[in-house]
Amino acid sequence: MTSVAATAHGAHAHHDDRSFVRKYIFSTDHKIIGIQFLFVSLFFLLVGGLLAMQMRWQLGFPGKPMPGGGILPETMAPGGVILPEYYIQLVTMHGTFMIFFAIMPLLVGVFANFLIPLKIGTHDMAFPRINMWSFWTFFIGGLVMLSSLFVPDGAARAGWTMYAPLSARHDYSGASIGQELWSVSIIFVGLSSILGSLNYITTIINNRAPGMTWFRMPLSVWSLFITAILGLLALPVLSGAVIMLLFDQIIGTHFFDPGAGGQALLWQHLFWFFGHPEVYILILPAMGMVSDIISNGSRKPIFGYHSMVFAIVAIAFLGWIVWGHHMFVSGMNPTLGSSFMVSTLVIAVPSAVKTFNWMGTMWRGNLRFHVPMLHAVAFVAMFVIGGLSGIFMAATPVDMQIHDTYFIVAHLHYVLFGGSLFALFGAITYWYPKMFGRLMNEGWGKVHFWLTFIFYNCVFFPMHITGMAGEMRRLYDPNQYTFLQPLQPIRVFISISAFLLFATQLIFFVNFWWSLWKGKKAPQNPWEDNGLEWSLPSPAPHGNWERVPNVYRGPYEFSSPQVAEDYLPQYKKLPTDREPAAASAATH
Amino acid sequence: MHWWLPPKASTFTGPIDGLFLAILIITGIAFVLVEVGLIWFVVKYRARPGRKAFYTHGNTRAEVIWTTIPAVTMVALGLISNHYWVQIKGRNSIPPNAYPIGVHAKQFEWQVTYPGADGKLGTADDFTVRNQLHVPVGRPILVQLSSEDVIHSFYVPQFRVRQDVVPGMDIKAWFQATVPGTYELGCSQLCGLGHYRMRAQVFVQTQEDYDAWMKQAAQEASQ
Repeated sequence: MTSVAATAHGAHAHHDDRSFVRKYIFSTDHKIIGIQFLFVSLFFLLVGGLLAMQMRWQLGFPGKPMPGGGILPETMAPGGVILPEYYIQLVTMHGTFMIFFAIMPLLVGVFANFLIPLKIGTHDMAFPRINMWSFWTFFIGGLVMLSSLFVPDGAARAGWTMYAPLSARHDYSGASIGQELWSVSIIFVGLSSILGSLNYITTIINNRAPGMTWFRMPLSVWSLFITAILGLLALPVLSGAVIMLLFDQIIGTHFFDPGAGGQALLWQHLFWFFGHPEVYILILPAMGMVSDIISNGSRKPIFGYHSMVFAIVAIAFLGWIVWGHHMFVSGMNPTLGSSFMVSTLVIAVPSAVKTFNWMGTMWRGNLRFHVPMLHAVAFVAMFVIGGLSGIFMAATPVDMQIHDTYFIVAHLHYVLFGGSLFALFGAITYWYPKMFGRLMNEGWGKVHFWLTFIFYNCVFFPMHITGMAGEMRRLYDPNQYTFLQPLQPIRVFISISAFLLFATQLIFFVNFWWSLWKGKKAPQNPWEDNGLEWSLPSPAPHGNWERVPNVYRGPYEFSSPQVAEDYLPQYKKLPTDREPAAASAATH
Repeated sequence: MHWWLPPKASTFTGPIDGLFLAILIITGIAFVLVEVGLIWFVVKYRARPGRKAFYTHGNTRAEVIWTTIPAVTMVALGLISNHYWVQIKGRNSIPPNAYPIGVHAKQFEWQVTYPGADGKLGTADDFTVRNQLHVPVGRPILVQLSSEDVIHSFYVPQFRVRQDVVPGMDIKAWFQATVPGTYELGCSQLCGLGHYRMRAQVFVQTQEDYDAWMKQAAQEASQ
């Protein structure tokens, strides 16, 4: 943080006399809030990874003492040997941390906060204090979730999807405080997302710089805007459902307990009505940022900008009517299954459009393979696998066979790791100089990329095969089943690859921290990009611009014949450009 | 080691494996096109000094083509899938002559109730066996699923049959085994700490073997 402090003082867009606490802790500056989200959610990414490593140990080497497992208490892993009740806590908490405390805040908390005001050209969010509370409610939620790992009967144990009545009654799950803390934590996280979404929507609608029309917005901003709408509508449903669950857990209501007249499937409908838009919350911002990076790396305008925007909107809209595809074999009316199948298959169309447009952008480009571009191309390559494997489970008869097997685990990790996380590594490297004024190390960035790419595929591709063979998810020891015993060598291979994948991530973490102090000083526009944020010094100063720039064109004017260099920033006025009409009205 | 779907042992394996293969071919073509295209572009269009990218904002015709082809393919796939879905899970898919067996799931075991000599559930000659599902080969079996506590899921990989067992709901599933032999019934929905060992043996027998087994088991159960 010291380098941030030093360089922020150096810039002087506004006279900045805030105290240290107001500047870095209870800050209302969208960039500092974004950076707070970044540090905290990278920490949770590490926590989620550590939990996954313990699962992989048990699956690869069942019943063997885990190296370093001796520090765990008797109730989790006596002598370092993982117990079944600890294993299902690992399953539950890995999913929970990765989805609610790593990927979602990394994509939305970090980049919606950091990028929206910088990319649309405004001084800060529309509601800076609400924005501050969005971070602190998230932080409290994170602390509560973390603390649940240390309570006497252990953390929540019903899977990150918390299917009732297992999650609702302590005598079924065997955990009480852990289950309740999970619910409380998710209520905080939901509140955080609602506050954030409200802010992003308002800011984008009202605070765009003069000349920043809707169709001059970068696709990153478009995707964050649509994501915020999804968040604002989906998170209240989750919060409502979790409050009902918490009531079942602590005050004896029976919303989800059929023994007393409740409905078990009600939870699944509510959860997935939130859960499927959530899936798109976890991928749309990644798609948007990848679009920015691919256009930059290809030195070409994005191919089919308008259809890219409409595809985002289409995915978001269809995202509301597909939740039942998680429930084909749940006992839901099979006729509903038919309609959910069709809407789910149709969602492949806008996804295909996006993929082909990314390829169209690269076609006849002049590709620069900086680290963000490597990650963005890997995003496209891996997202395609995750998207195509989704078609198998969308087809209801096939889903009968592969539902709740490792095929699903492979699918969701191809989208969430191969998709979202690759995009995030790219995006963090790309905007790092604007956050901290320094560049991350290029050479180590490439080493990290290639090793991650290789080990990641070694971990998740074989899961398609074990899933096809019928290996169920969330099994503490698959060798209980005779037909799953021959797959043990694959499980060992996956586990060893997973350990190497985890070790590779340490390269990223070291590069991240080392570059904060020792990285190369970043120029104003290190990637020769067109966005408004690159008109600011690196790092961007408090309040961003003294006077926001005027916008003269779209964000992807690379290799334009109008100029000699191969990029033409949105804020650069050419002699032929006219001043935007709203120039005086929109500045405040 | 096994690199494909499990061995086929029920009438569902035909349509489900066929559909799986069809989707594998369709997605395989898309996969190869995209990945080969990406690699080709990465090599061919890598930055070289003095080159400038081709300045274009898109091509409506190309975009219409690559929107229409996936749309038509997906709708067709949906219609074909639905045809088989209705046969397998539809409201009226259960053959009227199906032989009823009750399966009651509880943490962490399967209690299988057989209809006894009269072939009907809910009569005095029913009897219950823990963690053993015996079925006659070549005859539709109606499984009446119920749960004692939480959600479980009835899954026999070789039959391609899976159905969640939900407390408070009476759910019917059916299948018809085609190959005599021993299989495993597993729980595929996280149901608590013993989820991994909630497993039963499945015995597919000829009608004579099944009848003989039932006679003996009924006797043992009544003692």
